Amino acid sequence: MDKFTTLTGIAAPMPLVNIDTDMIIPKQFLKTIHRSGLGKNLFDEMRYDAQGGENPDFILNQPAYRESRIIVAGDNFGCGSSREHAPWALLDFGIRAVISTSFADIFYNNCFKNGILPIVMPQEVVDVLMEDARKGANARITVDLENQTVTTSDGQSFPFEIDPFRKHCLLNGLDDIGLTMEKAASIDAFEQQAAQSRPWV
Amino acid sequence: MTGNNNAGAPRTLYDKIFDAHVVDRQEDGTCILYIDRHLVHEVTSPQAFEGLRMAGRKVRRPDQTIAVPDHNVPTTPDRVNGIENPEGRIQVAELDKNAREFGLNYYPMNDIRQGIVHIVGPEQGWTLPGMTVVCGDSHTATHGAFGALAHGIGTSEVEHVLATQTLIQKKSKNMKVEITGSLRPGVTAKDITLAVIGKTGTAGGTGYVIEYCGQAIRELSMEGRMTVCNMAIEGGARAGLIAPDDKTFAYCQGRPHAPKGAAWEAAVQWWKTLFSDEGAHWDKVVTIAGEDIAPVVTWGTSPEDVLPITGTVPSPDDFEGGKVEAARRSLDYMGLTPGTPLNRIKVDAVFIGSCTNGRIEDLRAAAAILRGRKLADGVRGMVVPGSGLVRMQAEEEGLDKIFTDAGFEWRLAGCSMCLGMNPDQLAPGERCAATSNRNFEGRMGRGGRTHLMSPVMAAAAGITGHLTDVRELMTETV
Repeated sequence: MDKFTTLTGIAAPMPLVNIDTDMIIPKQFLKTIHRSGLGKNLFDEMRYDAQGGENPDFILNQPAYRESRIIVAGDNFGCGSSREHAPWALLDFGIRAVISTSFADIFYNNCFKNGILPIVMPQEVVDVLMEDARKGANARITVDLENQTVTTSDGQSFPFEIDPFRKHCLLNGLDDIGLTMEKAASIDAFEQQAAQSRPWV
Repeated sequence: MTGNNNAGAPRTLYDKIFDAHVVDRQEDGTCILYIDRHLVHEVTSPQAFEGLRMAGRKVRRPDQTIAVPDHNVPTTPDRVNGIENPEGRIQVAELDKNAREFGLNYYPMNDIRQGIVHIVGPEQGWTLPGMTVVCGDSHTATHGAFGALAHGIGTSEVEHVLATQTLIQKKSKNMKVEITGSLRPGVTAKDITLAVIGKTGTAGGTGYVIEYCGQAIRELSMEGRMTVCNMAIEGGARAGLIAPDDKTFAYCQGRPHAPKGAAWEAAVQWWKTLFSDEGAHWDKVVTIAGEDIAPVVTWGTSPEDVLPITGTVPSPDDFEGGKVEAARRSLDYMGLTPGTPLNRIKVDAVFIGSCTNGRIEDLRAAAAILRGRKLADGVRGMVVPGSGLVRMQAEEEGLDKIFTDAGFEWRLAGCSMCLGMNPDQLAPGERCAATSNRNFEGRMGRGGRTHLMSPVMAAAAGITGHLTDVRELMTETV
């Protein structure tokens, strides 16, 4: 997993609430057996018409936002299915941070496994960032994970909260599985005890 | 693991199951949680197995890992000849290869026990009270009906569980949803779960594990309880739980992977300690009177867009904040005009099935409405049993005959139209009365319009050709 330290980039405003994982990556693209290559189908049914032509109104098709690295989104971003194809598609497109008032639980977890930083901010801050994002390519938002701040193009800075363990893993690009395997002795001990206390499992 | 679940401070059912599975706890509360059962399907697992191979890792507990293809499988009889779609075929073949190579418990596509993973798990006795159960699928919440802590995970976490049989977790908050009293005739488990989401919203459960309780929940069958817990995720909750009772034990007893003899007795003794203690702390409580719940349908493209069938299509102006624009977009997508009575909305298709409502009781309930009746002209109907065994049971009871006489197609088991990853899909603009769980844009096929409802409500819509209050069609047979 790539490390996440700081990121300065174009932010796409997507104020719609409840942007679900079926919107982020529709089911027909879940048939892949690989993690890569999903960026071209990110938001597919919003981004392209039925014939595959680009929908010029969709934010990521507009010239100013084609190189977006951040999304500022409406409430409850990523609700719906557990598909990790959603963060894979975001990452493959180039999105490394999403800012919203709230995220669906599984999507939120999945982001951290892929080097994407989901940032929860109060409504009034999301409103400010949304306005900044609307300024287009000349307005770049900066995310600083170490210092836990988001800074607008005109220098307004806002702090955010993040779980310390998740921050540590993201800053260092750490592999969860490797970390857990270091606790193999504890897992062995748990299994031995469980075999006694819940032998029916 | 604690032998006595009732020692110490009062705890919720969730607290008890969580505590019993903690392998390691860091100071900040981050835990390594042991996973008893890991269910695997073909869509969210190939990259996880690939990751294992690349790192030279093994599956730690193949004996506790259960694999079944469901999302991609066609539901027509010709599937015995293989899957036509090349990508779907490859995904199912990958699962087959991985299941055999790593020695997993495996139900291949043409095995009679194959079906939707959340129907197969309980049916085969893999799902038992007090367990932790995960699957790379958000509807894993279904298994909470047994008093098991069950939730969906992403593919990286699938790989983590395959390699370590654990997950890294922080504890969620506790939410109690109590449904008091009894349901009225024509009102089902599906109406309960939709009514709860209608009240709390799709983000209302975010950060929580929900325990459903109250008389109306106790009165539900195990099938009904699975329907309720299945949609906990649509309310944003990590998991839904129902405390096990004699109905739960009766359902589990004798299943192929349930304990037998003395082990069964010991298990039941432990399971009987699985309830929320008097005085346990709840971070949020929602109470709904069972008598107040009407048969409901969804009108929009979020499961929170729920109204009683007696209602009318709302206007965007009825909402506040970001929901105004979302409602406008939903109405446009759904092709609906504010003020239209819901029971005048015409349907083109009826889908009965899915992990929400593809169990035997669901088919019996729909068949009871359809007996001696037919689909309205121009309406197509499809019934997709949740597993091969549900299908067989339904055929033994003659339900298939009722469905086909009414004009429905009687299919083989799979996820089918619920997510349209297989050939079963809606056409653009086609409107469907569906017993599934998500009415998202494009979920059942690009441009397809989904109204979520119970099996009896879907059957009623099929008969009249428009959304219908099933109570108008009910006879003493229901």
